[in-house]
Amino acid sequence: MPEPSRKPSGFANLVLHLHPKLVPAAALPLPLTFGLGGASAVLFLVLAVTGALLLVVYGPSPERAHGTVARLVDEIPFGALVRNAHHWAANGLVLVCGLHLLRVFYRGGHLPPRKGNWFVGVALLLLVVGCAFTGYLLPWDQLAFWAVTIATGMLEYVPLAGDVLLRAARGGAEVGPATLARFFVLHVAILPVALLLLLAFHFWLVRKVGGVILPAGAGDRAAPRGPLVPTSPDLTQREGAAALVVLAAVMLLAALWNAPLLAQANPGLSPNPAKAPWYFMGLQELLVHLHPASGAVAAPLLGLGMLLALPALSGAEPPTGRWFGSPRGARHALVAALLAAALTFAAVLANEPLRRGKPWLPALPPAVRNGVLPLAVLALVLGLVSWLSRRRGGTRQEAVQAAFTFALASFAVLTLVGVFLRGPGMALVLP
Amino acid sequence: MTAPPAIEPAAPARRDFLGKLGTGLGILAAAELLAVVVAYLAPGKGGAGRGAGLVVAGPVGEFTPASVRAFPGGQFYLVRLADGGFLALSSRCTHLGCTVPWNEEQRTFPCPCHASTFDEKGDVLSPPATRALDLFPVVIEGGIVKVDTSRRISRARFEPGQVVHL
Repeated sequence: MPEPSRKPSGFANLVLHLHPKLVPAAALPLPLTFGLGGASAVLFLVLAVTGALLLVVYGPSPERAHGTVARLVDEIPFGALVRNAHHWAANGLVLVCGLHLLRVFYRGGHLPPRKGNWFVGVALLLLVVGCAFTGYLLPWDQLAFWAVTIATGMLEYVPLAGDVLLRAARGGAEVGPATLARFFVLHVAILPVALLLLLAFHFWLVRKVGGVILPAGAGDRAAPRGPLVPTSPDLTQREGAAALVVLAAVMLLAALWNAPLLAQANPGLSPNPAKAPWYFMGLQELLVHLHPASGAVAAPLLGLGMLLALPALSGAEPPTGRWFGSPRGARHALVAALLAAALTFAAVLANEPLRRGKPWLPALPPAVRNGVLPLAVLALVLGLVSWLSRRRGGTRQEAVQAAFTFALASFAVLTLVGVFLRGPGMALVLP
Repeated sequence: MTAPPAIEPAAPARRDFLGKLGTGLGILAAAELLAVVVAYLAPGKGGAGRGAGLVVAGPVGEFTPASVRAFPGGQFYLVRLADGGFLALSSRCTHLGCTVPWNEEQRTFPCPCHASTFDEKGDVLSPPATRALDLFPVVIEGGIVKVDTSRRISRARFEPGQVVHL
């Protein structure tokens, strides 16, 4: 077993707080994790640095916000580049964190002994989306104003506390200076600090459990984790290279494509169509179809509840070390995804004339007909999918995985429809 | 030397009760803190004083029956129905608050955010909106139509009593 021959340098010493001295050779290949967790951390650092630079120019009030962002883009040397890098790193962080969650799930990272860290990870994802969304308001342009009007408007449908929550989020009945102040404080202080603290906890839990899930057959009886290699340089050089690739990708995007800046916010005119950022388009599409009590409150909470329930639903078996549990698990997940895509797309198309015509089942109140009923049907279908997976020899984990994949693919189709197939008036159009 | 007397363990029921009490008080304290923060962040309704939001729309004769005119500054539409009655409809969609445009050809207010549509009386034609567009009070004094935008009236659906006649 090779031991590091020299005393670790200052840098290696720092790294060794994060990593053990030796890591299994089997943990190193890229397709094991695709480096998504590390890429998220790098993007977070890029956001911290570019965010600090933006902060010295930006004026957090409705009178100054749009002007200072425009000045940043037009006059400050490299101002556009810094803003673009912040924009692309933020979008990248949402995407990479989402992919990281999927990688962890489909390799069994939500199973014992990593259950606890799954919850930390879900909380981190919420914070990342919260950061992205609060940052969205700050330029005070048309995109910002209407996205925030809609999102805070959703709070009104929370039973009992809706009105007070809405006014707490906006600082009044309408989106205005008090709203900008709230979102600014959340974006530059509360959420990033919470993110940093939780991120440290996330890393610590990874180290405590002995690193990432190793592939099946990595070791033997004598050395269950297989041969070990020194962290520095074997792991650190790979991480450094991956970090440089992420950094290069962000700078390339920032150099080629500008972050959008629409006209200054105008409360009297909504853009047509008014679309949310891509990571919220699935929810926006859902809001078109469902009664607001279900679309704005119940469905997001049920989605979050499902993410949090995955470890408990999946049982006490540790991960197999294979993607999707087994080739059979992969097959079941694929079938569930294809089924979900077809059914969801068909449902969107079918609801288009239904929505505009006479209400079907007119005896039911709209909250049931357009809200409770569709969600109940979805729950039934998810139950059916997992039951079928069990019937075809799937393990408990694979059955839960198939149902989750169904829900995920359904949401993905809603997102794609929202992004590409909705035109003026949110009517269905060809891309 | 004699063995020290064994310490009587506290009655399990009492320990259990104190433990639950501690948890309960902790939850209560957290809820209080949350309520304080929410109350701090949610100011009272307040609103502008009476008459502060009064918009003078114009003389009655300027509005032909069966017409809709936008007042972007006041964020409302002044609708004159075919029978000559007036309605001041808020331009804010009752679903999630986007501003609805007026479509003259289809004679509807289609929301650009989630595709709700409303007719010229403000009634919902297609969901997801669940209630009709809000109203502002219309006052006709000396042949001049005025709209009080400081008083928003929410309603479930259109009713003939909401129309202001000459």
